[in-house]
Amino acid sequence: MSQTITLKIDGVEIKAQPGQKVIEAADAAGVYIPRLCHKPGLEPFGSCRLCTVLANGRPCSACTTPVVEGMVVENETESLQNFRKQIIEMLFVEGNHFCMFCEKSGNCELQAVAYRFGITAPTFPYQWPHREVDASHPDILIDHNRCILCGRCVRTSRDLDGKHVFDFVGRGCEKKIGVNADSRLADTNADISDQALDACPVGALLRKQTAYQTPIGQRLYDLEPIGSEIESTGNTN
Amino acid sequence: MPATKPRIATTSLAGCFGCHMSLLDIDERILQLAELVDFDKSPIDDYKQFTQHCAVGLIEGGCCNEENVAVLRDFRTHCDVLVSIGDCATMGGIPALRNMVTIEECMQEAYVSGPSVYNPSGKVPDNPEVPLLLDKVYPAHEVVKIDYHLPGCPPPADTLFAALVALLSDEPIKLPYQLIKYD
Repeated sequence: MSQTITLKIDGVEIKAQPGQKVIEAADAAGVYIPRLCHKPGLEPFGSCRLCTVLANGRPCSACTTPVVEGMVVENETESLQNFRKQIIEMLFVEGNHFCMFCEKSGNCELQAVAYRFGITAPTFPYQWPHREVDASHPDILIDHNRCILCGRCVRTSRDLDGKHVFDFVGRGCEKKIGVNADSRLADTNADISDQALDACPVGALLRKQTAYQTPIGQRLYDLEPIGSEIESTGNTN
Repeated sequence: MPATKPRIATTSLAGCFGCHMSLLDIDERILQLAELVDFDKSPIDDYKQFTQHCAVGLIEGGCCNEENVAVLRDFRTHCDVLVSIGDCATMGGIPALRNMVTIEECMQEAYVSGPSVYNPSGKVPDNPEVPLLLDKVYPAHEVVKIDYHLPGCPPPADTLFAALVALLSDEPIKLPYQLIKYD
């Protein structure tokens, strides 16, 4: 029953379980594939494309692609890294990301992947879209300026909290996170204890009155790049 | 005294001078820097104009008005290498918060309808002495070519020093992970 699958990531052979996605097998083996919309425990989404790898020569998102016996995966190639860098840069210019005063700075996954890729300034022009802030709820706020539409709050609220507080509304550059009420977050059944609040990789969905509690230098990504926790704990089983 | 020290120029455009403060925060290493370079146009020595061509120009702040653009172009002309320092130069920073509203709304709020405004004339300043605002605040690299970017609010003194020393010794700027931060 415990049939294992063997695949190669960047020439290194790793073992995987049937049914695993490439990113899960890589995580278990201590190989970091950059990601934003993927979060363990949530249904794979494949929207941010940051985890794009070449599987048997074909580009696909590692978070949605199941492992197959003998699969050859390319992950850290120069062209893939450049491609990922451009995705990160686009996310920065398409929103309004003011890291200097953001409560999430230092613990933000978007910022952390940018740090990991050594991005000092985007090569694309800033868009400066007009986005709203919904601070109507007594304990929670949504700042759409920082939202990267990863859908992690949507999936967490729906599948783990069982509430379906959030969903996408609109199309293209008008697309945004909507709430399960006519207009305001305050009119939903969102609660401060919702797991959805912890699912946000950026500072778009925040608990109020919890900001700036960790001093600079002690935050999640101040000293070690994102992904180093995977690279240090994984073992080639 | 060697006459061939490389020259360095600095300026603060739409910034708060915090990045210059961070430069001063290199503490006694400023003596080491003084050994390596001579300052040209810079608030540090208060030279208002370029006296010679410079090796390095440090740009703090983005461009919010026509004067910022003129100064930045002047720097591009007079410097071999331009380095954006700080979030305002690399992404617009706090001044760029006005980029999400129109300039009319922004001026109205600042000079006419803002809650703490006292302005009986009800007019927005349009004196020719006051540099004309741009429609938006632009990061430096959207106005001229910028060779290196050092983000941070401000970039740590160690980042500025390490980058300057690398530049002045003709070595590539290779900063450790801990020295590139956006806050």
